[in-house]
Amino acid sequence: MALLEISHADVIYQTEKSETEAVRDLTLSVDEGEFIALVGPSGCGKTTLLSLIAGLLTPTSGNVTIDGQKVEAKSGNVGYMLQRDNLFEWRTIEQNVLLGLNVQKKLTEESRRYALDMLDKYGLGDFKAAFPTQLSGGMRQRAALIRTLAFKPRLLLLDEPFSAVDFQTRMTVCDDVHSIIKKENKTAVLVTHDISEAVSMADRIIVLTKRPATVKAVFDIDIAASTPMGRRENPEFSHWFDKVWKEVTQ
Amino acid sequence: MKDKSMPCLMRKVKTPRQIYLIKRRTDKLTTILLQIGLLVAFIGIWELAAKLEWIDPFIMSCPSRIVKILSTLEMQELFTHIAYTLLECIVGFLVASGLGILIAILLWRFVKLRRVLDPYIVVLNALPKIALGPMIIIWVGAGAQAIVVMTVLICIIVTVISMLNAFMSVDEGKILLMRSMGAGKLQILFKLIIPANIPAIVNMLKINVGLAWVGTIMGEYLVSTAGLGYLIIYGKQVFKMDLVMASTVILCVLATLMYLAVAGIEKITKKRYHIDD
Repeated sequence: MALLEISHADVIYQTEKSETEAVRDLTLSVDEGEFIALVGPSGCGKTTLLSLIAGLLTPTSGNVTIDGQKVEAKSGNVGYMLQRDNLFEWRTIEQNVLLGLNVQKKLTEESRRYALDMLDKYGLGDFKAAFPTQLSGGMRQRAALIRTLAFKPRLLLLDEPFSAVDFQTRMTVCDDVHSIIKKENKTAVLVTHDISEAVSMADRIIVLTKRPATVKAVFDIDIAASTPMGRRENPEFSHWFDKVWKEVTQ
Repeated sequence: MKDKSMPCLMRKVKTPRQIYLIKRRTDKLTTILLQIGLLVAFIGIWELAAKLEWIDPFIMSCPSRIVKILSTLEMQELFTHIAYTLLECIVGFLVASGLGILIAILLWRFVKLRRVLDPYIVVLNALPKIALGPMIIIWVGAGAQAIVVMTVLICIIVTVISMLNAFMSVDEGKILLMRSMGAGKLQILFKLIIPANIPAIVNMLKINVGLAWVGTIMGEYLVSTAGLGYLIIYGKQVFKMDLVMASTVILCVLATLMYLAVAGIEKITKKRYHIDD
């Protein structure tokens, strides 16, 4: 059974001026351990789709389920990583990382250990007592990811998580995030407007149409390289890039 | 041998760092000296002008006359006046700040309430609160309580408006993050909105210190039988300018002390929140 299942979801927004159809009859499923990228023209309702998966928005019609259960933000099944790291400046890195456990009242000696071990494992062990402003952009992004992983969500949502990082760190952060997700064996859905990012990271790319969003095409990327950087250097990369690019821009 | 004498020689040649540090230190020192000098000059010229009768010391008073009247005033009586004013001011300040934050939290939490009350807040903000003075006196009586109410009224509207603004401008991304973790409104309030706004709250306290003194003194002008505001009004009525001036000087000192206390709190929070000046 698929981990995430969206079937025939419609989302219609009501505003004073008009009615906006953001998502129309969208069906997709994500298996455990998969890395999915959603790409599409800007303003295609990608963020709406993420809110839907995060359980922050109920579809006007259709269903969104995780492990067969209707999604709810309260369940803590979904970890949402936003464009900016959104670390709380007044909390130390340790306190930031424990935020989700705190909110979900799951903070035990064991869960705390798990989160702090991840900090050690991914090179932030010396920064537990540091405040976010003392960290570099890449380190902050890593801390944000660990914060998301700390409460062991079933599914990770990444909303253009590299867009706020400068270009040079972007490549390394991209590799970092990818390797952490793979090592922790997590299922992830990445939303991005950067096709090269999608091709370098995803097992499967889903191209969305412009608003109202629905699935336009699906690509199973099978470049033989284990890291995003490796994929970028692979000759097949540009082939896949072109294919996706054509589908997005058509 | 040559090596050992080197540090000795080096000490005479100043490094750019040392030059910079010396320059900074002298800069700081001259600023303080000028500040003190300005005060001394002001007092000196005032005294001199009064002594040489360039100004009428009866109307303008002068430092020596202020000191003299302070020494003739019965200390216990003076302290009673100071205590009255200080207490009214502090109580008003605390009530207004606390209640103001509470109301702002309620308005942040309940959108409907915020929408309904919006025009009323605008009107209350525009209204010169002093106009309510006579009403306050009739409603709560002509005593310290009327002055506290006046102080609260002057501070509270601004507190509510500025705090609500601050609460509403917390980063949407952070709220979304909290919601995605399954946080309820209360958790968002206590884990995000309030801690994120500690610097804004301290800033509001700083503004309220000034406003609370305005409220207290205005209140005392209207009704009081004791307090520094009362002393000022009394001094004016009996045309004892020395008393008016002396009270004003004491007021100046008290307000500064209270401001410094809040500024001290600010310094601590700034450190905690890693805000650079």
